[in-house]
Amino acid sequence: MNSRQLAKIAKRVGFWALIAVIMVYAVFPFYYAVITSVKPSSDLFRVELWPSTWNLDNYAQIFSQSSFVRAIFNSIIVAFSVVFIALLLGITASYALGRVRFRGRSTVLLVILGVSMFPQVAVLSGLFEVIRALNLYNNPAGLILSYTIFTLPFTVWVLTTFMKQLPMELEEAAIMDGATPWVTITKVFLPLMWPAMATTGLLAFIAAWNEFLFALTFTLTDAQRTVPVAIALLSGGSAYELPWGPIMAASVVVTVPLVILVIIFQRRIVSGLTAGAVKG
Amino acid sequence: MSSSSHHSHQDAPLGARAAMPPVRRQRGTKVRRQRVKAAWLFLAPMLIALTLVAGWPLMRTFFLSFTDASLSDLGSANLIGFENYLVYDDGRWFGVLADSVWWQSVWNTVYFAVVSVSLEVVFGVIVALILNAEFKGRVIVRAAVLIPWAIPTIVSAQMWAWMLNDQFGIINHLLMVAGIIDSPIAWTASATYSMWAVIMVDVWKTIPFVALLVLAALQMLPKDCYEAAEVDGIHPVRVFFKVTLPLITPALMVAVIFRLLDALRVFDVIYVLTSNSTSTMSMSVYARQQLVEFQDVGYGSAASTLLFLIIALATIAYLYLGRKQIQLGGD
Repeated sequence: MNSRQLAKIAKRVGFWALIAVIMVYAVFPFYYAVITSVKPSSDLFRVELWPSTWNLDNYAQIFSQSSFVRAIFNSIIVAFSVVFIALLLGITASYALGRVRFRGRSTVLLVILGVSMFPQVAVLSGLFEVIRALNLYNNPAGLILSYTIFTLPFTVWVLTTFMKQLPMELEEAAIMDGATPWVTITKVFLPLMWPAMATTGLLAFIAAWNEFLFALTFTLTDAQRTVPVAIALLSGGSAYELPWGPIMAASVVVTVPLVILVIIFQRRIVSGLTAGAVKG
Repeated sequence: MSSSSHHSHQDAPLGARAAMPPVRRQRGTKVRRQRVKAAWLFLAPMLIALTLVAGWPLMRTFFLSFTDASLSDLGSANLIGFENYLVYDDGRWFGVLADSVWWQSVWNTVYFAVVSVSLEVVFGVIVALILNAEFKGRVIVRAAVLIPWAIPTIVSAQMWAWMLNDQFGIINHLLMVAGIIDSPIAWTASATYSMWAVIMVDVWKTIPFVALLVLAALQMLPKDCYEAAEVDGIHPVRVFFKVTLPLITPALMVAVIFRLLDALRVFDVIYVLTSNSTSTMSMSVYARQQLVEFQDVGYGSAASTLLFLIIALATIAYLYLGRKQIQLGGD
């Protein structure tokens, strides 16, 4: 074996070692949460990479708490409503921004970009007032409303990018046939926009599912909370002893749907993220 | 555009309107006008929604920052001018700008943003280069890399809080087994290490985002200059710094600015990992603490307004750079 072959082998080993490091780094925290969540509480404080004994007590415990079940339910309602509203308003707005040339178009795009850069805290007191005035304080509907501040600009931005890429001829044919803009959207663009809508809907879902600041501030009672707040506020008997087993079980429960979504739709997510940023 | 076609109408003699070409033209503008009208109609719901949740609340926050409003009684706020920002009273300065905790939180935020974004860029580029190579199982590695991005920030903060636990955490355990430290470190509680704990979690969570943006840029690069470099026997590291890096710099800049703007408003990870401790407090944590926990809406709004101004400046810088970059990219 000469030195050149040796160098080649060393390179391959180094390459795969790097991949292994990346894999472990990316996956290990989640893996560790999973094994912590299936450990009986007596074993919790023994550090090990594979649980010597395991059961589902922690899961039974969190699902017996009505507030946690309620929080999952609230999160599902909020996330789906947010996706629906963002897509409905997003698809019509993106048609206007992507297909029609009119004065003020670039101003609107600039405003949308500006809103997406907003620090959430900057609108916290004003939004608190709005939500109280609409009688939506401590109500998931208030969260649905407030989440449009970050899902809508993003949805419009990405859908507009996709809308622009569709060929002009499609629309010309529809205009020739005398179709109104609404018919053009629903009959011509909607069928073609499904992939883009799936992508943006998925990203909006993840954003709404994960949101914390508004959920923490605009809800008060356990029954109205969403999952991130419920997990952040899970605490045990004393301030010094957090119930790590149940916290990890709850974390796994909330994360598993997202991890599955990401693995199934990774191509879509990647295209959505890059369309939102690179082409911006 | 519509005004110029309108203009040509007025110039045309009345009788000519019936002739063939102007009719077509008129029909074109009618469709155009209808389309522009429809465009605004379609934009209206979105614009109304954004006004309700963004524009109006932002204006109210600005307004409230000049009042003494409290959370329990927002209605009866009195205008007090700049007192929430800075006021000289009884031989001492008061207000957000005179509060050492505010300046501490500004420093914390900037430190956090610069350090974590730098680390994310370095590791993000490395991960992107790996993912850009062709090997078996690339799809699996890419899916694994995406996992941290999908995990809610709250959950990743809790996972890391558990791994970083001072007594029973696996990280202290491994470091002690390896002989790097001889006594456990209180990662989230100590003033020295808590910021690093926060950075660690944020870097872990956002490397995927940077890596994916860079990967998208890498995949658009022309193959021929690499083939030329290989034929000339140029070292891959040299090729990276001389060819790849300059070509992906625009995409990298976008990622950096997106991440910087995001990092400047950081809240979740710090709040969950270290609560309201001043050694890690960010501007967002500071403002929310004043607003909600101390119920001082006026003062908290002043802090929020300052944060908004800082981010607005960064955004303007972004738009400026973005325009430059589009000009460069457009040849």
